[in-house]
Amino acid sequence: MELVLSIAIGVMTGCGVWLILRPRTYQVIVGLSLLSYAVNLFIFGVGGVKSNLPPILGDGVVSSTLSDPVPQALVLTAIVIGFATTALFLVVLLASRGLTGNDHVDGRNERK
Amino acid sequence: MNGWEHHLIIAPILVPMMAAALLLFFDERRRVTKAMISLASTIILGMIAVILFRIESGPNDFEGVYLLGNWAAPFGIVLVLDGLSALMLLLAALLALATLVFSLARWHSVGAHFHSMFQLLLMGLNGAFLTGDLFNLFVFFEVMLAASYGLLLHGSGPLRVKAGMHYIAVNLVAALFFLIGVSLIYGTTGTLNMADLAARIPQIEPDRLMLMEAGAGVLGVAFLIKAGMWPLCFWLPTAYSAASAPVAGMFAILSKLGIYVILRLTMLLFGEGPSAGFGATVLLWGGTATLIFGTIGVLSSQALGRMAGYSVLVSSGTMLMVLGINDGAISSGALLYLVSSTFTISAFFMLIELVERGQDAGANVLAVTMEAYGDGDEDRLDEGEGVTMPGTMAILGTCFAACGILLAGLPPLSGFIAKFAMLSAMMGTGAIGVPPTPAVWMLCVLVILSGVAALIAMSRVGIRTFWSSLEGVVPRVLVIELVPVMFLLSLTLALSVQAGPAMQYMDTTIRTLSNPAVYIDAVHNAATVEGWKERAARSAEGQ
Repeated sequence: MELVLSIAIGVMTGCGVWLILRPRTYQVIVGLSLLSYAVNLFIFGVGGVKSNLPPILGDGVVSSTLSDPVPQALVLTAIVIGFATTALFLVVLLASRGLTGNDHVDGRNERK
Repeated sequence: MNGWEHHLIIAPILVPMMAAALLLFFDERRRVTKAMISLASTIILGMIAVILFRIESGPNDFEGVYLLGNWAAPFGIVLVLDGLSALMLLLAALLALATLVFSLARWHSVGAHFHSMFQLLLMGLNGAFLTGDLFNLFVFFEVMLAASYGLLLHGSGPLRVKAGMHYIAVNLVAALFFLIGVSLIYGTTGTLNMADLAARIPQIEPDRLMLMEAGAGVLGVAFLIKAGMWPLCFWLPTAYSAASAPVAGMFAILSKLGIYVILRLTMLLFGEGPSAGFGATVLLWGGTATLIFGTIGVLSSQALGRMAGYSVLVSSGTMLMVLGINDGAISSGALLYLVSSTFTISAFFMLIELVERGQDAGANVLAVTMEAYGDGDEDRLDEGEGVTMPGTMAILGTCFAACGILLAGLPPLSGFIAKFAMLSAMMGTGAIGVPPTPAVWMLCVLVILSGVAALIAMSRVGIRTFWSSLEGVVPRVLVIELVPVMFLLSLTLALSVQAGPAMQYMDTTIRTLSNPAVYIDAVHNAATVEGWKERAARSAEGQ
C-alpha cells in the first residue's frame, strides 16, 4: 500500500515537473494539476496510510487504530484552493492566447 | 487588553472581508459608491491598526492571543498579536490608504472588481500577519495570492497578461512547496500551531528531526520565492513593473510578507533548541546573492519600473542577510529599514507612473528591453477628473529626489537612520574589542555599495527626466495622485524625526521575538471565555 502510494506520488511529480518546464501553456497547466494531485496524495499520506478506519474517537477506541482526521481536513482545503487557482490560471491562459495569438508561455511562436 | 479591545484583534480580517463581500453587490457602474465603501473600510482598518499598534507599544503583558471559536490553544485556531504583527498591520494599512487614494484618480476604473480584490488582498495580508498556526497561514497566503493575481492583471494588456501568467505559475508552484512543507512538519511533530510546534521541537526524536528540518526547508522555499531570494526572484521585477501603479505600490509589502514569515519562524522555531540556527547559512548567502543581483539590476535598468522592481530585491536581500546573521541589534535596525524601504518603494512605484505620464512611453527604454519585456503598450486612460496639481514638475522633482535619498540612505530621511542603525550595530557586534565577523563585514560593504548604486541610478534617471527633457511636456497630475506619494514620503520624514521611539519599539519587538518562551506561554495559557452554558449552569447552582 505504502509502496504503491509512493510510486504514484513519484510518477505524478516527475510528469508534473517535466510538464511545467515545457513551453506551451496547456502543458504547464496540466503539469501544475498533476503536481497538485501529487501534493494532495502526499498530505494524505503523512497521516499514516490506513484503510477502513473511521476518524472518530469513541469510548474504548485506541488512538493508534484511528485514521488521523487533520490531514484529511488539510487535503480538503488544499483541493478547494487548488481548484480555484487552476480555474483562475485557465482564464489567464485563455486571455494570453487571445492577446498573443499563440499558446507559448512567453507569447511568441518559435515553431518555424 | 480586555473587553471590547480584545475583539479588535480579529477586526483587521473581518473588516476588509465584509467590505469585499459588500462591494460585490454593487454594479461596476456605481463607481463612486464602490470607491466610498472601499475607502471607508480602509480608513477603519487604519484606525484599528493604529489602536492595536498603540496597545502593543504601550506597557503590555502580552495578552494578544485571540482564540477563535473559544477552543483552547493547540486544538483550536489562534490569532496572535505581538509587536511584530502590530507593526506589519500598521504598515499594510498605511500603504493601503495611500495606494487606494492614488487609484481613485483613474486606475480603479480601468477594470472590474478592483476594490473587491484590493480588500481581499488586505484581508489575506492581515490574516497572514495575525495567524498563529501554519495551515491558516497557508489559507490567508492563498487568499492574498488569489487577490494579487487579479490585481496584477488589472488594466489588462498583453504585457500584464504575460507577466501575470508567469507570476501565477511561479506562485502556484510556491503554494505546492508550502503544502509539502506544512504536511512534513505535521507528519513529524503532530501539530501546526506555531507555539505548540516551538514547544515540541526539542522533544522530537533525532531520526525524525531531520525530516522536520526538511519540511521547514521546503516551507522556507515558498516564502523565499515570495521574498524574491536569488535565484528564485527572476519573476519579480517583470511582474512588479508590469502591474498598474497603485497595485505595484501595494505589492511592495507582499515581498515583506515573505520576510515577515521567515523572521517569525526562524526566531520562534530555530532560535534555540536542537536545530538552532537552521537555515542561517542559506539566508546569509542567498541574501548576499540577492543583494548583489538587485544592485546590478538597479544600475542596469533602463526603465524606471524595472529599477523599482530591483530596488525591492535590494531591500529583500538586505533583510535576508540580516536574518542570516541573526544578531539582535542589527535585526532591530533592519526592522526599521523594512518599514522605511516599504514606504519608499511604494511611493516610488506611484511616482514613476506620474513622471512617465509626461514622456513618450518607452522613449528611454532600450530596444533590447522593449523586445524582451513587451512592446511598450501604452495605457490609454481617460483623463481623470479633479483638481490638477499646481507646480507639477517642481513637486514631482522633489518627490523623486526624496525617493533617491531614501533608496541611497542619505540624511535627513529615514533611509539614513535605518542604515545607520544597522551599520552602527554591525560595527559594535559582540563584546568590545571583538571585531565583526567576515559575514558582518560583507553585509556592511554590500549595504553601502547598494546605496551608492541606487544614488548613481537615481541621479542618472533624474537628470534625464527632469533636466534634459526635450519635449518639456508637463504631465497632467491630479492632487489626489500626488498627495498619497507625499504622504508616504512624509511618513519617512516622521520616522526619522521620531527615530528614538521607533528604534526603541523595534528593539523591544526583536527582544520579545528572540525569547520564544514568551510567545509559547502566551498561546498555551490563553484562557477561554466562559460560554453562556457554563454561565447558566453557574447561576443555576448559585440559586
